[in-house]
Amino acid sequence: MSNIVIEKDIAHNHEQGHEDAGSLSVFGFWIYLMTDCILFATLFAGYAVLRDSVAGGPSTVDIFELPYVLAETALLLVSSITYGYAMLAMNRNDPAHVLRWLAVTFVLGCGFIGMEINEFHHLIAQGYGPSRSGLLTAFFTLVGTHGAHVLTGLVWMAVLMAQVWQRGLTSTNTTRLSCLSLFWHFLDVVWICVFTVVYLLGVV
Amino acid sequence: MYKQSQIHSSAGTSHGSSRSYMIGFIVSVVLTVIPFALVMYPSLPRHVTAWAVVALGVVQVFAHLKYFLHLDTAQEQRWNLIALIFSVIIIVLLVGLSLWIMNSIHHNMLAH
Repeated sequence: MSNIVIEKDIAHNHEQGHEDAGSLSVFGFWIYLMTDCILFATLFAGYAVLRDSVAGGPSTVDIFELPYVLAETALLLVSSITYGYAMLAMNRNDPAHVLRWLAVTFVLGCGFIGMEINEFHHLIAQGYGPSRSGLLTAFFTLVGTHGAHVLTGLVWMAVLMAQVWQRGLTSTNTTRLSCLSLFWHFLDVVWICVFTVVYLLGVV
Repeated sequence: MYKQSQIHSSAGTSHGSSRSYMIGFIVSVVLTVIPFALVMYPSLPRHVTAWAVVALGVVQVFAHLKYFLHLDTAQEQRWNLIALIFSVIIIVLLVGLSLWIMNSIHHNMLAH
């Protein structure tokens, strides 16, 4: 399968030299994201199965606060469009604006992670930690895995900001920015599934 | 040369414009606020609300794929799309069959 892609790419734009390697990297990263989708699908399936296993503990209606989740969603959604503006600046070859928009995205992502850690802390302090019931185990695993991905994305973004700062928009850096763009928007898509399946269907 | 090759780079990085990001953002905000409002201020029957929330979630996922991930049916992106469709098939099988099996077990073990 990948052989076909390589041949097609080379046949299609053979005068572009190493840019082909860049777009192949991005394609490879896309394949990774698809496998990540399947990881999340297993966690969603686990959550759906364990949803009603409350073991005498709190049910979904008791522990979720929708206004709080709406604020988290807003942070992540706005961070998606600010990353989009960073990509537009990259296409204009404008490193100063790339850095500025990445910084805004970084702050919004940190806000999201901070809110999520606070939510987890609040639940655990009430005695509703992951060991309380099957529901809470599945909830912490699913939402925690998404949070771990966001945290990884933030570390990656910080490293990329340093690299763009030092070396500018080299072709290596633009490939990396494109991969992180896919990763960041992909996490937003996963979050849509999380707030729909976990929070909204949990309270409805 | 540098800029030209940027425009041609393919496989998942076809570029949006400021306008398409803005459209995507507005669509997403609408598709986020409606389901939250439906659940926070219940006015419809419970199962209607649940189905509406799921349907709006699916539409929002497609909006993100189109406006933020810039996925379309263009020739250069064919393999991205095929990989995605393959994953969706796997996910449907994985989630659907898991739920089916576990619900059957639950029904057989605890049926009153």
